[in-house]
Amino acid sequence: MAELTYRDAVARGIAQEMKRDPDVVFLGEDIGKAGGVFKTTVGLFEEFGPLRVRDTPISEQAILGAAMGAAMTGLKPIAEIMFSDFIAVCFDYLANEFSKSRYMTNGQVKCPLVVRTGNGGSARFGAQHSQSVENWCMMIPGLKVVAPSTPRDVIGLLAASVRSPDPVVFFEHKSLYAVKGEVEEGEILEALGTAKVVRPGTDATIVALALMVPRAIAAAERLQVEHGINCEVIDLRSLVPLDTRTILDSVARTSRLFTVEENPRLCGWGAEIVSIVVEEGFYNLDGPPVRITTPHIPLPAADALEDMAIPSVARVADTVRRSLKM
Amino acid sequence: MYQMLFEIREAEQRAYDLFLQSLVKGTSHLSLGQEAIAVGCAAAMEPGDLSFCTYRGHAHTLARGVEIEKVLGELMSRDNGLMRGKGGSMHLTSVKHGVMGSYAIIGAHLPIACGAAWRAQYKGQKDISVCFFGDGTTNIGAFHEALNLAVIWKLPVIFVCENNLYMEYTPISEVTAVADPAAGRASAYGLESIIGDGQDADEVYRITKRAYDKARDGGGPSLIEFKTYRYSGHSRADPAKYRPVGELEDWREKRDPIKIYRKRMLDAGIAADIIQQIEHKARLKVNEATEVCKIAPPTSIDILSTDVYADGGWAWRN
Repeated sequence: MAELTYRDAVARGIAQEMKRDPDVVFLGEDIGKAGGVFKTTVGLFEEFGPLRVRDTPISEQAILGAAMGAAMTGLKPIAEIMFSDFIAVCFDYLANEFSKSRYMTNGQVKCPLVVRTGNGGSARFGAQHSQSVENWCMMIPGLKVVAPSTPRDVIGLLAASVRSPDPVVFFEHKSLYAVKGEVEEGEILEALGTAKVVRPGTDATIVALALMVPRAIAAAERLQVEHGINCEVIDLRSLVPLDTRTILDSVARTSRLFTVEENPRLCGWGAEIVSIVVEEGFYNLDGPPVRITTPHIPLPAADALEDMAIPSVARVADTVRRSLKM
Repeated sequence: MYQMLFEIREAEQRAYDLFLQSLVKGTSHLSLGQEAIAVGCAAAMEPGDLSFCTYRGHAHTLARGVEIEKVLGELMSRDNGLMRGKGGSMHLTSVKHGVMGSYAIIGAHLPIACGAAWRAQYKGQKDISVCFFGDGTTNIGAFHEALNLAVIWKLPVIFVCENNLYMEYTPISEVTAVADPAAGRASAYGLESIIGDGQDADEVYRITKRAYDKARDGGGPSLIEFKTYRYSGHSRADPAKYRPVGELEDWREKRDPIKIYRKRMLDAGIAADIIQQIEHKARLKVNEATEVCKIAPPTSIDILSTDVYADGGWAWRN
């Protein structure tokens, strides 16, 4: 076992897949010679050359369009959109093109591609470089949506995304890039659509994604130590496919549900999970499900303000404790 | 070439007639008057070359050899349709014919065609990607992003602008900074400015063949602007009352692609009855296709939620 950062895991995951399959190609802004603006792709240009690791102009529509054209004719492209906020300038491809082409053509057109993008806040980048926009993609039929929280999952889920015959949007969390984790040697491959119980517990289920996973775990530890509340924490890992079985099973044991979402409240993914649990697990619940989210505001740049907006360890712990009235 | 021109004219006219009979629903965008571009461009292509079309894509789809009944069946929401009714008029696709889709969001397919051309370049394959679009597309960002990318990567892609003078309802000249909406932008990307007569299928063939050969030989992309005219409105909803009196009649009389080609054949000494035979055969084909579609079963409700994902279904959860 070696320690690896989430950042270095990105390059290792891409390299693993490019070595395995010569049809895997990689394109995006500053990904090649520069090694990525977040230094997530260092060494790939040198290892795989300029034809497989292609620097592009600042043309997000061209990046996703070219990825689609390459995918539908036989390649397996990984396209980087530097900040997930920029998905807004090429949303057509996600919303109208590669998500729908298989359906519209009655299965003739296939788009096995991955859109990697830096998502999320707590980096003081302000309202246009900090958003969590995974819910923008979750609502589009035809897409798969993945968001790892650990370096090992970055590799394993990225590999699964590259091998997926469907288009996948892969949300890396910018504030996790420096986080280290244990990663074994050799090929790593996880399955999409499998949530993971990362902390077993008995009193409440906390469902989280990406940066909210370590915060939920820290909150659970605090609740255990300070209040004797034993929370189960689930790392969703992917929103589509959604592993509702793991969530419903957990709620059947704990009888309480909390979601911790970094996206602004309206139409966040937690709303879908709450609705599923209420429809299908209502009689297992001992109290109302509670969503802990960023409020319905643009994200501010100042650290004091941003820290108030995005769910913190303290807010998660406090909300769970108050809701359980313990 | 003449038979294909005539077949497309008849098929498009038939699509319009079927709409009047309520057998074609929704919208559709006809290429009446613009047939020579589809036919000339397709005739110069090799098997395996790829077409990327717009929502005005019936002609381009037919020109690559897709069966008329498959196209009419799709328009009529029949089970024999090209996509069994799941796509409709604006999304005609036949991968086995190299018709890689008809795209209904203006400009979206120009970068997509670049990607297909990138694949050919990366894999050392010799096919080219040909991307058709209207004059209105030249004012959207994806047009410019695609041209830039195609040039810097020297991709085997050919951009074909069908300038039919009207964006939708507004004359393109009123909303565009240059007189020739595509060719006038070519120099910004270091490309040759190429303008052709879109009513002359032979000229279309010659111009595009040159561009295809160049792309196949590694010479990079071309941008071609063909001047043309659509006889019908922009779509079903458009009676085209914005056009000056006499303009349509003038094009129909003097610049009709079928009349031009017919006269050329007569001038070359081809007997009138041979031409009439070609026309008769084309009409027969369209009639037969129409009858096949009329008795074909409606699209199956079983396919409502198939092929959303690669497993064949629509499951988003366990």
